[in-house]
Amino acid sequence: MPGLFGYVVWLLGALLEAAVVVCAIKRKALRPYLFLNFYMAASFLVTLGRYYMFAHFGLASSQYVYFYFYTDALLTIILYFALTSLFSRVFSEMGAEQYVKLGAVLLLGGTAVFSYAVVQQSSTKLVTHFVFEMSQNLYFVGVVLTYVLWVAVLKLRETRTRLIQLVLSLGVYFSLLTASYALGNLFHGFESFSQILTPLVGCFLPAAWSYAFWRIPEEARLATARLAVIR
Amino acid sequence: MMAAFILVCSVIFLLQFFISYCRSLIAASVREPLSQEVQEVTGLTRAATEEEFARVVQLLQLCPERPEERGEISLIRTYFRMLGVIRSTIAKIVPSLERWASAERGQCTHFVAVVLGRRIAFSRNLFAQQISG
Repeated sequence: MPGLFGYVVWLLGALLEAAVVVCAIKRKALRPYLFLNFYMAASFLVTLGRYYMFAHFGLASSQYVYFYFYTDALLTIILYFALTSLFSRVFSEMGAEQYVKLGAVLLLGGTAVFSYAVVQQSSTKLVTHFVFEMSQNLYFVGVVLTYVLWVAVLKLRETRTRLIQLVLSLGVYFSLLTASYALGNLFHGFESFSQILTPLVGCFLPAAWSYAFWRIPEEARLATARLAVIR
Repeated sequence: MMAAFILVCSVIFLLQFFISYCRSLIAASVREPLSQEVQEVTGLTRAATEEEFARVVQLLQLCPERPEERGEISLIRTYFRMLGVIRSTIAKIVPSLERWASAERGQCTHFVAVVLGRRIAFSRNLFAQQISG
């Protein structure tokens, strides 16, 4: 049983994911940030699906575990494309969207091939291990890509506050998850702590995006030079 | 080895993203002057300093909470504490960081004072609505 804390975080996560889409609709930001909202809607549905699997088969059942890892990989891929859509927005004025899309697909393919190469000789449950490995690798690729995007935002002097906050919160989310996975790989005792940390981290992204859609108007502008830690 | 490398990279990225995110939250309030009322209540007549942070937060907790501000206040408090850790550790080796951390903590105080001003205005409106209702 996940315990009271687990249930509260689970419910909070689902509510926040739904809140992102509601806030985006209310503030007319659904279409401009379609991929981001699609990711949140998918996350919400997956959360409901996971609860269904948990309620019917239990937390330790193979059905729940398979559903969890396969949907996790699927959500990571959707989030990866959401990140690509942010790249497209930042580079839209340079007309480089086609290159961004091509680069994103190539990088995704490269990550999949790398993950397959890592697991093919070391595992009997090849597909399951591959899915898990690819999720972890995509998180790291996500962190690096978000950082590249952040550097581009700084260099291009992007001033749209909402876009900046969406990018930065995504960076915080990706780096927290990557750090959590890396700690789990380094210290096996960390895994039990990771089971508490991961759902909490999962609440941060929808909370930050809800805030960005609800509180920051699309017209709000910000001098990015003020935000840089390293210039 | 690979996991250790990924861990180090992600912690460095996390720090950069987190600091920039908090600064983006604070940025809008930096240009906002403190109302006369807030200045009188907090005693902040000049630029806010880090020493006044705890007191302004205490005053903030006395005002009725606006739900939409809960998250940002917790985040800025975390940022304030994190800057304190940076000041008492890394800043001992890199002295320029100490001035930067102090200035940032002062801006955190200013941010909380701006929120306090909003809460006072919110409470006043609430009170006025109750009287007229």
